Amino acid sequence: MNSNTQKIVGGSLLLAALIALPHFLKFHHQDLLIFLTINVLAVSSYRIVTLTGEWSLIHAVMMGVGGYTAALLFKYYEVGMWVTLPMAGILTAAVAALLCFPLFRTTQFYFLIGSFAAGEAIRLIWIQFVFPFGGTGGLSGVEPPMVGEIDFMESIPYYYLALSVVLLCLFILYLIENSRIGLTLHAVHWKAALAESVGVDTWRYRSLAFVIGSFFVGIAGALKVHYLGTITPNQFGVGFMVFILIWVIVGGYNKFYGPILGAVVLTLFDESIRGFAEVRPAIYGAVLILSILFLPLGLESIPSKFKAWSGIGKERDPLSLTDK
Amino acid sequence: MPVLEIKNVSKQFGGLMALNNISFQVETGEIRGLIGPNGAGKSTMFKNIAGFYATTKGEIVYQGQNISGHKPHAIAEMGIVRTFQETTLFQELTVFENVLVGCHIQARSNLFSAIFKLDKPRQNIARDQVLEVLEFMGLSERQEQLASELPLGSQRALAMSIALASKPKLMLMDEPFAGMNPEETLHMMELTRKVQESGMTIILVEHDMKAVMGLCDYLTVLNFGQLLAEGTPAEIRNNDKVIEAYLGGSK
Ligand SMILES: Nc1ncnc2c1ncn2[C@@H]1O[C@H](COP(=O)(O)OP(=O)(O)OP(=O)(O)O)[C@@H](O)[C@H]1O
Ligand SMILES: [Mg+2]
Repeated sequence: MNSNTQKIVGGSLLLAALIALPHFLKFHHQDLLIFLTINVLAVSSYRIVTLTGEWSLIHAVMMGVGGYTAALLFKYYEVGMWVTLPMAGILTAAVAALLCFPLFRTTQFYFLIGSFAAGEAIRLIWIQFVFPFGGTGGLSGVEPPMVGEIDFMESIPYYYLALSVVLLCLFILYLIENSRIGLTLHAVHWKAALAESVGVDTWRYRSLAFVIGSFFVGIAGALKVHYLGTITPNQFGVGFMVFILIWVIVGGYNKFYGPILGAVVLTLFDESIRGFAEVRPAIYGAVLILSILFLPLGLESIPSKFKAWSGIGKERDPLSLTDK
Repeated sequence: MPVLEIKNVSKQFGGLMALNNISFQVETGEIRGLIGPNGAGKSTMFKNIAGFYATTKGEIVYQGQNISGHKPHAIAEMGIVRTFQETTLFQELTVFENVLVGCHIQARSNLFSAIFKLDKPRQNIARDQVLEVLEFMGLSERQEQLASELPLGSQRALAMSIALASKPKLMLMDEPFAGMNPEETLHMMELTRKVQESGMTIILVEHDMKAVMGLCDYLTVLNFGQLLAEGTPAEIRNNDKVIEAYLGGSK
């Protein structure tokens, strides 16, 4: 079997499993599955921002921008999800594009802090302007659509809807990463000065990555608000941002699937320690520290570690650090 | 017609005048040597020309246009590419990918055509061009290797390949032969001359005097940020001020 057929067979099996999955789950777990699906898009869209080497702390807030866009459009203009989803992406991307001007004057640590401050400013706007954002209480009554007989308020139909949207978005993100643009983003990351010397406008590419990432996390935010029905400023605070970071770091950020793996594994893990509510943060902290110490390249590095250890044919991904 | 005119350029770092009122011209198609003892200001001059440093005073005129104050990527787009004194590569990418990034100006694509693969013809041309450059520089066999895995001599050759791939009109090479053995240096000199014959103008900063004297049509000598002398290799070799500077510099 050649690697292409392997990929197709593997992909189809995975897809079948994803489609069958909710039918084997209790209601509570179906809920969880939907949030996980949405969070996968949140971490994957964060990955494209980090490709240029810039880690932002505003990604969670950008998800909120998408969520608020969807909620406002739904409440004040009574448009359905088919409009709110793409509009959430577009508006979040537009906000990101405006933020590029101040934010990307800086890099590294200053960018990190700048992005955090900008995010808090946006959250403050949601809190201060009770009209139209609803203040601390946020907005409620945002509904998913009803199409003929199918009520997307139900978990399973909504899961299928979210899954389709997320898979499509992941596919586009994957195409971008493996295109000429992806290569240039890597170049900006590894040696910005060298990239500049052959004509790469690093400011533009950093901004582009940020705008693309924001577009897709905006869609994730819209998916979330339509399922929950409510949105508040606190859902997108620093707490959720920390989760995104943990998922990406534990999963590994050198490969496309690393952050996805991190989100899935840690969500399962989180669910398995649900019984120990008081010590959960401590356990989480311990997992993060252990994974940084022993798996600095994340969960995705385990297969190549294993291969190196067992001496099976060395397979190398040129865009990864794992085999250095 | 001069391709590059340096007009009264000064560059100040705090109290240090790294370049002090320097003027010279570079003719189209020549190999110009820019030499001088350590700390003379050669790399600083390159960084000013390529837009990495803002000049404190003066003008840098390229093909009749004042380019001082332009951003590095904009200057690269006009056809000036610089190489770096320290080995500077995308260590984490393969040799092939390194040179592919070098084709940025011709091969870049927008988001839409990247997603829908409408840029395929352009990418294929870029790939062919990469293969051509690698062949020319003798790196074909190593194209799948990571840049970090190359021996130093090949790393220097790769740095030059990246610059060549951008199809510049003016190439600023900062100590390209540093870290090469004599055999590699001879080979690279030959390649450099071939590049010149293809119509490119080259400014070369190099401490290997044999290479400089052998390659350059004309030399500009800097010392402590001052323009010390200009002339043909034969003239410079016998210039007392230059000899003094080189011997004095090592005191
Ligand atoms: N970014 C900087 N900040 C402060 N001083 C600098 C900076 N870059 C260079 N200099 C100083 O400017 C002077 C010229 O440096 P430059 O690197 O241009 O010398 P060079 O001629 O390239 O020397 P070498 O042959 O050793 O490479 C030196 O005294 C150096 O210390
Ligand atoms: Mg130097």
